[in-house]
Amino acid sequence: MKAKTKRLFFVSFGLALLGGAVALALVALQDTVTFFFTPSQAAERSIPAGQRVRLGGLVEEKSIRKLADGVTIEFRVTDRSKAVTVRYKGVLPDLFREKQGVVVVQGAFQPDRTFVATTVLAKHDENYVPKELADELKKQGLWQHDKSKPAGK
Amino acid sequence: MDGIGRFLEMGGYAAYVWPALGLTALVLAVLLIASVRNARRREAELAQLEAELGRGDEG
Amino acid sequence: MSARLHAFANPARFLRLARRLLPWTAALAAICLAIGAVWGIGIAPPGKPPPEGQGETVRIMYVHVPSAWMALFVYACVAAASAAAIIWRHPLGHVLARAASPIGACFALLTLATGSLWGAKMWGAWWVWDARLTSVLILFFLYLGHIALTHAFDDPARGARAACILALVGVVNLPIIKFSVDWWNTLHQPASIIRREGPAIDAQMLAPLFFMICGFTFYFFSVWLLRARAELAALRTRALKLRLLAS
Repeated sequence: MKAKTKRLFFVSFGLALLGGAVALALVALQDTVTFFFTPSQAAERSIPAGQRVRLGGLVEEKSIRKLADGVTIEFRVTDRSKAVTVRYKGVLPDLFREKQGVVVVQGAFQPDRTFVATTVLAKHDENYVPKELADELKKQGLWQHDKSKPAGK
Repeated sequence: MDGIGRFLEMGGYAAYVWPALGLTALVLAVLLIASVRNARRREAELAQLEAELGRGDEG
Repeated sequence: MSARLHAFANPARFLRLARRLLPWTAALAAICLAIGAVWGIGIAPPGKPPPEGQGETVRIMYVHVPSAWMALFVYACVAAASAAAIIWRHPLGHVLARAASPIGACFALLTLATGSLWGAKMWGAWWVWDARLTSVLILFFLYLGHIALTHAFDDPARGARAACILALVGVVNLPIIKFSVDWWNTLHQPASIIRREGPAIDAQMLAPLFFMICGFTFYFFSVWLLRARAELAALRTRALKLRLLAS
């Protein structure tokens, strides 16, 4: 009985210690563990131009436009307090859209603090709603997720 | 297009939806069959050994 | 000698129980999986088409979410069995841990593969090194490490202790996987089912998902019992052969 209690104590103690160590390590490595910075976080850390980072946020409403060269797309990524202008040449993911869609752009800041992205990823939210229900809610004006038109229109 | 065709098309995402579903079915089926076979083989092996040893070797 | 008797008494009772339970868990697994698959893939409505929603790709949810849930649940079972083995010296602990980890590895692999297919289309990337994906990959490697340790030696008892320790250490990863989406910015979306505000999945999709999760759980219990039976038979065969050699 005594030996069992001792083993139980050592295993619990060991796990608690390990958990604490891992927690400390993860807090220390927060900037590495995080997949992207919001525009505010990026400003806080004053990331140097040219350093490869990921920036995440909402695509600002009515900010999407095609540049004169016909292939580069420009839009603003915002976290509602700060916004960054992003330029991107390439294929956009299916979920890319204004206002509601969170995007994660990968690339680097330019000296003028605009951002040139080499990859654009779309994050989807945790809501799963069937098409018919969403249409119905929209008809009744109760659909709060999507008040803007899809991107690129 | 008919109903079956539209169902198989998965709104244009057939190349992503069906492999995901198929792979899941395949992995679970293979794991099940392998586990059943292994259990049968091991239990048959044991039964044979126990029969060879005869009784009096219980516990 | 008494320890030896103890070691044989319990498995005998367990084997009787396993034999009685297996037909039930297998039948429940088959029923739940059949209902869940037909309902989820054939009847349940698709999501809103992109870019507002996920369209038909939500059907991947019916295999991805149960696989992910099982990958975590099976690991908890492996860890619990390992704790029983190392703390209470329960004779079934090692057997149950060894029997479960290959099943868990399959579920972790399915989670990664189906998630990759889903992400490729919805996110625009097959793989990203965000906290959720990385921690699930680590879970998969923990399973592989556990399998390797339990099978590395001819004598199963030799690797067992190291495997137990690995299984217990890996428990730290479980809350990291669950809460990674809340603690850090990730590309993976936050929890949809177990969250404070209640599920964010519409009832028409939640119902078939529930059947799939039950089906996967019963499937796991069935295969676990089966594999444990095989492990016990192998152990007993080994013990008998050793005794034969000794005499």
